[in-house]
Amino acid sequence: MSPTLPLALLGRAVLTALASAGRVAIFAGQALAHIVKPPLYPREIALALLHVGWLSLPVVGLTAIFTGAALALQIYSGGARFSAEAVVPQIVAIGMVRELGPVLVGLMIAARVTSSIAAEIATMKVTEQIDALTTLSTNPMTYLVAPRLLAALITVPLLVACGDVIGIMGGYLVATKSLGFNPAAYLVNTISFLEPLDILSSLAKGCAFGGIAALMGCYFGMNSGRGAQGVGRATKGSVEAAAVLILAANFVLTGLFFSL
Amino acid sequence: MILLNGVRKAFGDKQVLRCVDLHVAKGTSMVIIGGSGTGKSVLLRCILGLVEPDAGTIAVDGHDIHEGDRDAFLARFGMLFQGAALFDSLSVWQNVAFRLLRGSLRRPKAEAREIAIEKLRRVGLTPDVADAFPAELSGGMQKRVGLARAIAADPEIIFFDEPTTGLDPIMAGVINDLIREIVTEMGATAITITHDMSSVRAIADTVAMLHEGSVKWTGPVARMDAAPDPYLQQFIHGRATGPIAAVR
Repeated sequence: MSPTLPLALLGRAVLTALASAGRVAIFAGQALAHIVKPPLYPREIALALLHVGWLSLPVVGLTAIFTGAALALQIYSGGARFSAEAVVPQIVAIGMVRELGPVLVGLMIAARVTSSIAAEIATMKVTEQIDALTTLSTNPMTYLVAPRLLAALITVPLLVACGDVIGIMGGYLVATKSLGFNPAAYLVNTISFLEPLDILSSLAKGCAFGGIAALMGCYFGMNSGRGAQGVGRATKGSVEAAAVLILAANFVLTGLFFSL
Repeated sequence: MILLNGVRKAFGDKQVLRCVDLHVAKGTSMVIIGGSGTGKSVLLRCILGLVEPDAGTIAVDGHDIHEGDRDAFLARFGMLFQGAALFDSLSVWQNVAFRLLRGSLRRPKAEAREIAIEKLRRVGLTPDVADAFPAELSGGMQKRVGLARAIAADPEIIFFDEPTTGLDPIMAGVINDLIREIVTEMGATAITITHDMSSVRAIADTVAMLHEGSVKWTGPVARMDAAPDPYLQQFIHGRATGPIAAVR
C-alpha cells in the first residue's frame, strides 16, 4: 500500500463532498428561481400545500403534544432538585418555541414529506415520466420542484407555529392536571415570558427547515439511479441529508438569533 | 427532415454512439433496429435534446436543434415512451390533453377534453376510460393512451420507443396498424425503435440498423431482406451465430 493512499482517499472524499455541495447549491438556486418564474401551476401548488401542510398536521400535533408533556415532567422533576419547580411554564414555552418545536417539526417533515417527495419524483424518473414532461414542453423544475418547495416554505412555518402551541398545551395539560399548577397562572407565565424574537426565530427556522426538507426530496428524486434500488437509495439519502442539514441549520440559526 | 451528422455520445467510459449519420426524409416512417444497448433510445433522446451529444450535429428541417425557441421546437414532437410514461396523478384524459392544458398550445378545458376523447377514440379506446387513472388500465390500454397523448397536438414528428414491447401479438398488431394509419393520415415524420420484425414490416418505409453505436445498414424496408449486410441478416432472422456476439 502506498503511504500516500490515505491522503489520496481523503482528498477524493473531500472533492466528492464539495462537488455534491456545489450541485445541491446550484439545484437550490434553480429551484428558488423557478418559484417566481412563470408559468406557475396552481393545481400543483394547491396539491403540494395539501400534502406538505395540511396532511402533516396530525403527525406534527401528536409529536408536539407528547414532547411538551414530557418536557413539563422533566423540568418539574429537574427543577425540584433546587426548588425551582415554578419555572415549568417558562421553560416549556421557551424550549418548545425556540428549539423543540421547529426541530421536531423539521425532522417530522423530513421523515414524512422529504421521503415522499423523493420517492415520487424518483419513481417518475425511473418510469420516464420526467422525460415525458420535458417532451410535452413542461419544465420539471417548474412543474415538480417549484410547487413543492413553495408549499414547504409556506406551510412548515405554520406547522411550527401549530407545533409550538400544541407543545405548550401538552405541558399545560400535564402541569395543571397532575403537577398542581394553576391554569390561569400557567398561561399568564407562558405568554408574558415569550418575546417576539422567540416567535420570529421559531418561524424563521420553520421556513429554513421546510426549504431544506423539500429541496432534499426534490434533489435526490431528480438525481435518482435506475430501478427500485435507485428509488430506495434516493429516498434514504434524501431523509438522511435533510435530517442532518436541518440539525446543522438549527445550530447556525440558533447562534445567529442568540447574537441578535 | 431530420439529419444527424457524426453524432457521438459516451456515458463515462462507455461509448454509446460512435459517429452516427442518419437522414430521415419528411413524411416518412423510419424504423431503427438493433440489439439491446446499441444506443437506439439514446439517439432519440439526443434528437429531442434530453441528452446532449458529445460531438456532431442534429438538424430538423435544416435548423440545428439548439437554435430557436425550445418550447416551439418540442411542440413539433410527439413521443410514445416504452412504458407509456403516463402521469399517475392525472386521469387518462388529462394525460392525453396534457399539452393542450398548458403552455403555448393551451385551450379551454372543455375543448381540450373533447380533443382528448377524440384521440382516445382514434386509438380504439371508448370515452368511458377518459376519467379512469392510468393504474386502472391494462398494459395495452396504457400504450394506446400514450399513443393518444403523442398525437394529441397533431405533431409533425412522432417518436415511438419500442411500442409493442410487452404486448401480446394481437395487441402488438393493433398498435402497429394504428401507428401506420396515424403516420399516413397525419403525414407525420416518424422514427420507431423496435426489436420486433413484424413491427418493422408493418410500420417502416425505411430501416436503419444500429450496432455498437453506429449505423450498419440503412435503406428501404422492401430491400431489407435482400440486403447482403451480415449484421442485418443475422438480426432480422434472429440467428444466434454471426458477426453480432450473442453475449454483449
